[in-house]
Amino acid sequence: MSPETLIYCSIAILLLPLFGFVTTIFFGKRLPRGGDWWETGLLFVVLVLSSAVLYGKLSGYPDAAIDFSFPWVDFGNVPVVGPLQIPLGIVLDNLSAIMMVVVAIVSSLVHLFSIGYMHGDVRYTRYFAFLGLFTFSMLVIVLTNNFFTMYVGWELVGLSSYLLIGHWYEKKSASNAAIKAFIVNRIGDIGMFTGIMILYFTFRTFGFSEIFGAIGEGKIPMGSEAWLTAAGILIFCGAVGKSAQFPLHVWLPDAMEGPTPVSALIHAATMVAAGVYLIARTFPMMTADALMVIAYVGAITAFIAATIAIAQNDIKKVLAYSTISQLGYMVLGLGVGAYTAGFFHLVTHAMFKAGLFLGSGSVIQAMHHALHEKGDHHTDPQDIRNMGGLRTKMPITFWAFIVYTLAISGIPFTSGFLSKDEILAGTLAFGDLTGHYFIPVIGFLVAGLTAFYMFRVVILTFMGNHKDAGRFEYVHESPAVMTIPLIAFAVLSFFAFYSFNPFGASSGWFYHAMERPESVVPGPVQAASAGVFEEALHHSHVTAMILSLSVAGLGILVAFATYQWKKINADAVAERLSGVHRFLLGKWYFDELYGAVVVGGTLMMTRVLRWFDNTVVDGIVNGSARWTYGASFGFKLLWKDLQSRGEKNLSAILFLVVGVAISMWSGWYAATEFWSHTDTFLNCTLAILGGIGIGLLAFFMVWVGTGGFDKYVVDGLVNGVAYLSGFLGLVLRKFQTGKVQTYIVFVVLGVMVLFYFFR
Amino acid sequence: MLPQIGLTHYLIIGALLFSLGVFGVVTRRNAIMVLMGVELILNSANINFVAFSRYSALGLDGQAIAVFVIILAASEAAIALAIVLNIYKRFNTVNVDDVSGLKE
Repeated sequence: MSPETLIYCSIAILLLPLFGFVTTIFFGKRLPRGGDWWETGLLFVVLVLSSAVLYGKLSGYPDAAIDFSFPWVDFGNVPVVGPLQIPLGIVLDNLSAIMMVVVAIVSSLVHLFSIGYMHGDVRYTRYFAFLGLFTFSMLVIVLTNNFFTMYVGWELVGLSSYLLIGHWYEKKSASNAAIKAFIVNRIGDIGMFTGIMILYFTFRTFGFSEIFGAIGEGKIPMGSEAWLTAAGILIFCGAVGKSAQFPLHVWLPDAMEGPTPVSALIHAATMVAAGVYLIARTFPMMTADALMVIAYVGAITAFIAATIAIAQNDIKKVLAYSTISQLGYMVLGLGVGAYTAGFFHLVTHAMFKAGLFLGSGSVIQAMHHALHEKGDHHTDPQDIRNMGGLRTKMPITFWAFIVYTLAISGIPFTSGFLSKDEILAGTLAFGDLTGHYFIPVIGFLVAGLTAFYMFRVVILTFMGNHKDAGRFEYVHESPAVMTIPLIAFAVLSFFAFYSFNPFGASSGWFYHAMERPESVVPGPVQAASAGVFEEALHHSHVTAMILSLSVAGLGILVAFATYQWKKINADAVAERLSGVHRFLLGKWYFDELYGAVVVGGTLMMTRVLRWFDNTVVDGIVNGSARWTYGASFGFKLLWKDLQSRGEKNLSAILFLVVGVAISMWSGWYAATEFWSHTDTFLNCTLAILGGIGIGLLAFFMVWVGTGGFDKYVVDGLVNGVAYLSGFLGLVLRKFQTGKVQTYIVFVVLGVMVLFYFFR
Repeated sequence: MLPQIGLTHYLIIGALLFSLGVFGVVTRRNAIMVLMGVELILNSANINFVAFSRYSALGLDGQAIAVFVIILAASEAAIALAIVLNIYKRFNTVNVDDVSGLKE
C-alpha cells in the first residue's frame, strides 16, 4: 500500500465514526432496532481498515512517519503577533497506527457488547451515537500531528465522556459525576493549554515535528531550560487530568455511574489512555526533570489507587481504582524512560481492562436480572459481597475473567506479564541509573497489591457459594453478543500477539516497531539516552522478572489464603486496622479534602467579592449619582435632603476631597514647573500667588459643590444677558422720537459719515 | 477792483443756501416752514448745477437738469402741502413736534 493509500484510509477511519454519529443522532430512531447495527457495523469497518493500515504500515514503511497536512487558516500578518498560519493534519507513524487499532478493537467490541447490555434502555439510539462521537474524538487525538487539533480532540473526548457518564441523567449521582469528570478534566486542561501556548509563542507553530525539530536545533522557550521543563510539565498536567493521575484522579471512580460498556471503552481503555498517549507523543521534548516529575506522579498514583482498591466492595469501583493504578504504571514507565514498555502496557491494559469491565458488566447484568426476578430492588447488584459462586452459572464470563486477572497480575504467558515486567525492569534500571530507588520499590509493591485485590474480586465474585440460593437460581450466562467480546479480549490478552517469547517482549514485532524516540532536548537536561538505558535494562531485567513473579505470587497467595481457604480473617484484620481500613475505604478522603479546600475556598472568595461588589462598586455607582445630583441642584439642598432622610453623605466628602486634591495638585504643578533656581523674587511671588491660587481653588470647589456655581454663575449669566438687553433697549429707545426732523438729522449725519468713508 | 467772479463763489452761495435750508428743515416747528427749508435746499442744488454749467464742461446739461429740478420741486411741494393739510385735518395742528405718534 502506498503512503497515499494509507493516509486516505486513515482519514476514512477518522471520519467514519463521525459520519456514524451524525447519521445516528439524526436518523437513528427511524432505523430498525434503533440503528445499533448501523453504528456497530461502521465500527467494524473501521476495525478492518485500521488493521489493514497497521499491517501496511509495518510491512511497508516500518520506520517512516507519514505526514499529511493542509493549511487550515492563514491570517497573514497579524499586528503584534506576526505571521499567523495554522496548518492541520494527521501523522501516521507506528505509535498512531498501533493506537488506532487499539481504539478500533475496543470500540467495536464495546459496541457489540452494548447491543446486549443496553437492550431496552431508555435512550438506546443516543447512546450509540455518542459512542460514535467518542470514537471519532479519540481518533482525532490519536492521528493528529499538531497540538491544536490534539487539544480539540482532548476537549471532545471530555465532552463525550460527560455525555456518556451522564447517560442516565435522571439519577442525580450520575449527572453530578458527569459534571465532576468534565470539571476535573478541565483543570488539567488549563495546564495543558498553558503549555501549548508557551510552545506556540516560542515556535510559532503547533506541529509536533516542527517543534521537536526547532528544539533539536537549539531554540528553547525564553532561552532557558527551565521554561522547557515547565512546558513539558504543563503539558503533562493535561495528562494528569485526562488519565486520572494524582491529584486529579477523583473523577474516575465517580465516572462508574455511567453504563459499564462506557466504563470499558472510555475509562479503561481509550480516553484515559489519551494522557499516556500524549506523553508518548511529546516524549522527545521532555527534559530529565520533567520526566522525573512524571515518574513520581505515576508512582504515587499507582500506590494510592492500589491501596484504595483493596478495600472497595463495589466491583466497578475496584476496577476503576485498578485502572488508575495501572495508568500510574504506564505514566511511570514513560517517566523512567521505558518508553516502549509504557506504551506496550497501554495496549495490553486496554485489552484486559476492557475485558474486565465487560466481564463485570456481564456479572452485573446477571445479578440485576436475578434481583429483578426476585423482586428485590434494594440489594446492590454491583457489591461483590452479594456475589459468589457465579462460576458455575457463568462459565464463559468466569474463564475470560480469570484470563484478564492473570494478565493484570502479571502471570507469565499473558500479555500483561510482558508489559508489566518490562516496566518494572525499567524502574529498576532507572533506580540503578539515578539512585531513585523509591520508584522501583513502589512499582513492585503495587504489583503485589494488584495481584491481591484482583484475585480478591475473582474469588468473592466467582468462587465459593452464593449467599442467596433462591437468587442464584435466576443467574444465567449472558447472550452471545456479550460473551463474544469477552472471548475476543481474552484471546488478545495472551502473549502470542505481541511476541513469540512468552518471557520477554523485546524480540517481538511490537518492540521492533516502537523504538524509543531520541530526545531533542539540549544535552545537559536530557534524561538517560536510549543506549544508556538499554544497558541498564540488560542488567536489571532478570532481577525484575524474579521480583515481579515472587511479588505477584505472594499477592495471589494472600488473596487465596484470605478469601478462598479462609486462613486469614479479612474482617478481623479490618477491625484491627480499622483506622487504616476506613481511610482506604474512604478513598483517602480526597473528595472531602477537595470539598473543604477548593470548593470551600471558592465559596469564601465569592463572599469577599460579593461584599466588594455591594459595598464598593455600588457605593461608587450610587455615590456618583449623588455627586451629579449635588452639583446640579445645590449641595445644600442635597445635604438637607439626606439629613432629613438620615443617610450618610459620601458626596460631600467627595467634593471636599476632590477640591483639595485638585488644589494641591495644581499648586504642586505650578511650584515644580515654574520654580526658578536663580530668582528669589520670582519664587516669592510664585509662592504667594500659588498659595492664594490654591486657596481660591479649594474655595471655588466647595462653592461649586454648594450650588453657588449654579445659582450665581449659570443663572447669573442668563439673568445678565436679559438685563443687558433691557438696558440697551432703554437707551436705544431715546432715538425713537417720532419726530421727522430728528430722523432727518440722523440721515444727514449718516450721509456725512458715508462721505468721509467713501470719498 | 473786485476779484474775478468764478465757480467757487457760486458753490459757496449754494452751500450757504443748502445749510440754511437744512437749518430750516431741522429747526422749524411749523410744517410749512419745514417745506420752505426743503425748497431752499432744492434751489441751492439748482444754483450748483447752473454754476457748473457755466464754468465747466457740463454745457447745457446743467441748465436742463435745473429745469427738471424746478418742476420736481413744484410737484413735490404740491404733494407735501396736501400731506400737511391732511395732518392738520387729523391732528388739528401743524406743529411737527406734536405729530409724534410713532414715538413708542
